[in-house]
Order: sequence, then C-alpha cells, then structure tokens
Amino acid sequence: MIEKYICIRCPQGCEITTTLDGYGNIKEIKGNSCKLGIEHVKTESTDPRRVLTTSVKVKNGVLPLCPVWTEKPVPKKMILQAAEEIHKISVNAPVKADQIIEENLFGLGIRVLASRDIDAI
Amino acid sequence: MKNCDVAVIGAGPAGLAAAIEARKNGAQKVIIIERNNEAGGILPQCIHNGFGSVLFKKDLPGPRYAHEFIKQARELGVEMIFDTMAIDITPNRKIYATNSRDGLLEIDSKSIVLAMGCRERTRAQIRIPGDRPAGVYTAGMVQRLVNMEGMLPGRKFVILGSGDIGMIMARRLVLEGAKVIKVLEALPYLTGLRRNYVQCLQDFDIPLSLGTTVKRIIGKKRLNAIETVKLDEKMTPAAGTEEIIECDTLMLSVGLIPENELSKKAGVLLDPLTGGPVVDCDMQTSVPGIFACGNVVTIYDLVDYVSKAGFIAGKSAAMFTAKNTESGGTIDIIPGDNVRSVIPQKLKTSGLLESVSLQFRVSREFNKSIAIYIKENGRIVKKSVRKYARPAEMLEITIEEKELKGINGQMQVQVAPND
Repeated sequence: MIEKYICIRCPQGCEITTTLDGYGNIKEIKGNSCKLGIEHVKTESTDPRRVLTTSVKVKNGVLPLCPVWTEKPVPKKMILQAAEEIHKISVNAPVKADQIIEENLFGLGIRVLASRDIDAI
Repeated sequence: MKNCDVAVIGAGPAGLAAAIEARKNGAQKVIIIERNNEAGGILPQCIHNGFGSVLFKKDLPGPRYAHEFIKQARELGVEMIFDTMAIDITPNRKIYATNSRDGLLEIDSKSIVLAMGCRERTRAQIRIPGDRPAGVYTAGMVQRLVNMEGMLPGRKFVILGSGDIGMIMARRLVLEGAKVIKVLEALPYLTGLRRNYVQCLQDFDIPLSLGTTVKRIIGKKRLNAIETVKLDEKMTPAAGTEEIIECDTLMLSVGLIPENELSKKAGVLLDPLTGGPVVDCDMQTSVPGIFACGNVVTIYDLVDYVSKAGFIAGKSAAMFTAKNTESGGTIDIIPGDNVRSVIPQKLKTSGLLESVSLQFRVSREFNKSIAIYIKENGRIVKKSVRKYARPAEMLEITIEEKELKGINGQMQVQVAPND
C-alpha cells in the first residue's frame, strides 16, 4: 500500500510517499529532503502530534492575554480538548517569556510555556 | 534636534535585526522609531509556531522569536522611541517624526534603515462588489483581535485567500470555538505554504476551494451571506457556478503590500515588480546612506529571512556611518524567463569580495525538477537544480565569491524545466 504525506517539519513542505508492507509497516520512504521527513512520516503514521499555541487570560497586565505554547507536540486527537483546558487558566502579571503556565498538561508530561513577557500595570 | 549614527524606522523583525547588527558593527548611537507602543512588529500577534527554523534551528512561536531580538537590542543599548510616527525623510538623511510627548522630532542621522514592513490588501483593493455591512475583516485584523485583544469578531467565517495568515487564522478560529465554513482561493493553486494547508486546514477538516472567489457581499447591517463564483484559467467568472454561503464574517487573506510612503518621500527608487525599494547586495537603496530591509523591500515567506536581510542592512548602515562610502558602480540583476522578481536588484562592483544570495519567486508552478540559471549577458555563471518551484515559495541561490569574479555586465535569473 502507498501513503502520501506533506512534511510539516520545515517550510519546504516535501511531498513524501511511503510504501507499506502487508502488516502496515513502512517498507520504503521517498521524496524527503532530510531526516526530519523520515521522522515525520514515522510519527505521522503511528502517533500524529502537533505543537499547540493559544493564549491564557492575564490579570493586572498591560495586555489582557498572554500567548502560550506546548513545549512538546500534543497528540493530534487531543488538540481541541487541550485548547479548551488551557483556556481555563489565568495568570497574574508580570509574566516572563518561558514561564511555566501549566506543569503537566493532562498528565502527558508536557509543559505549557509563556511565549512573551507581559508587564504588570 | 537629535543626532545619531544609525536611525531605523520600525521595530519589527527587520528593524530590530538591523539595529542589533549596526551596534555590533561599531555604530555608537542607534535609535529605532516605532509607531506602536512596543517592539516586535507583527510578531506579538503571530502566536503560532513555525518561526526560527533557519536562524535558531528551533520551532518557536512569533512572540518568542521577537523576544530574542528585543532582549538583544536592549542589551546592546539600542534606543527605542515608541508611540512615534516618522512622517518625513529627506534624501540628506533628516527624519521628521511626531508623538504626543515631544510634538515634532527632528533627527539627523548618518545613515537610515527603512524597515516599515507591509500592510494588508483590503476589500477595496480587490474590488469585491455588493453591500457594505460590518463583518468583513482582513486576516491580520482578526488575528490582532483574537490573539491580543481577546475578542472573537464572528461565529461563522468564510475565508477568501489561501495565504499563510488566512490558513493559520482558520485554525485559530476553530480553536476559539468559531466555525470556519471554507477557504476560497481565486488562483488555481495554494498561495501559502503547504505545511499550513496540512496543519491548519486538513487537520481541522476545513474545505479549500481553488479557482473560486467572492462575487458579492450580502447583508445590510451585518454580513448575512456571500455569493461565490468559480473562475476559469483566464480568471474569468464562469456563469452558472454561483453559490450562496450563509456566514456572519468574511475574512480576507489576499496579499500584502510593502509600505513605502516614507521611501518615496526620501526619493528612493522603487521596483514596480516588488513594490519596494530597489536595493543592492548591501541592502542600500538608490539614495546613498539609506538602506532598506524586510517586508518593505519585498514580501518574504519567513521571518528568518526578514531578520537576515535586517542583519545585512544594519551592518552596511554601520559601515556607511563609519566611512561615508558612496555606493560604487552597480550591475543590474533582472528577472528572466519564469521569474517574477529578484532581490537584490543591484550588485556592487566595488569591494566585491563575499558571496551574494539572491531571493526570487517563479511566476508559475513547476511540479517537476527545474534548473535555475544565473547569466551574465547570456553566459551561464551558475546553474542550480531544484525538485520543484512554486510562486508561493521564495527561492534562494547563492553566488560564491569565485563565481562573482569578472562579472561586469547585466545579470539575469532564469528558471526552466530541467530536462
């Protein structure tokens, strides 16, 4: 069987084709420009994940929201659920870039980090 | 009157990079004039990841990428003047700016870096007929409202334009609980990066209709619906293909325009193909001592390349300040077959020592292998092969020092199928 992917690891977006054997194992990978492409199709075919970026409420800050991101990619099927969960969080200003906003998202061992400084009023 | 060595207009990624590099290359007093109340340009509202893959080999969110540069600019003592609008620049490098604290500011600078960035095309520029209700927004405006102001300006969206900001905002709106009915694209191909098609549209089952545009906007006070129509290969609407889609918001992601009102006042020559200043390999414009970098020059795909252009402009500006070198004789670099535009448009003949990178876009889609030719009066200086080429993806080719030797005639960048 043949499966087609567009790699999302860099802006180039390589079109990668994989050939599977009868057991669903990858036999051949074609079209990738680098090793990230191989990594991508391997995880994408078994456990697709995405980095989630969203925002949390800020109390007493110069801005009402602070942008945040998951330090590691989250399973794709949990993205909407994770976005909802992170929305419930609010933090007090001042916030510092890389500050830990959530220590362990859904017990997955994934931290949620602030992506900028927000000064207090 | 204020004096400085290098004055930068705009504290976005291009301006920050230029200011940092100017300081590192000996410019003592470097100032940035910024109309917003903070640095970072558009990056603070680009909360998605995907920044930094070239410069940092990391996948960072926009604000985090900006943070690196803001921190460094502060550490190097770059003076940033916020809430201040530059309103005029003279060819002898005097800047007039205004704000509510100082009234009119006059700044005399030994060199200037233009880094004003770009603005979005609006409904008026693409001439969509119909009513004029509330609920028609540009993608950047929606991005600002959702990501920074905490407002969701609609519930049921249709997006026109498959540019990166449009696709990224489609995903963002879904994560914020809005419905995105579909993304329309007038051209027969995707205009943004394909990775955004995968992770923003495909992941969230948002349909994409290529070769389709908005024919009419319907709604009295608020948008009720839009009428779409399919376009043939000559971009002519095909009668009978109209469709009414009910929605409360139309979001436009239909391109960016370099913002060059100030460049024109300074007497800088503009390139009609890019809409930005004509620059040489030092990012110097046609006016000696005035440099330009980032999206004010041409619309880049990646912020990393904007920063890289900023580094060159900042270093060159510091050199100009130190030596007051007039630009030497220059050679034209022009787009040839299948190439839409090239940056830089000029090559310096004096002091031609280092390698030069050219960035360009093809004018049509090539799904098979292509060859890039750099020619000097018909002679092939360099040939390079790529797997494919698309108008949405900027290409780069580097001409090495040894290949630059002996070049003194007009240079052309050409693309052809590689048979």
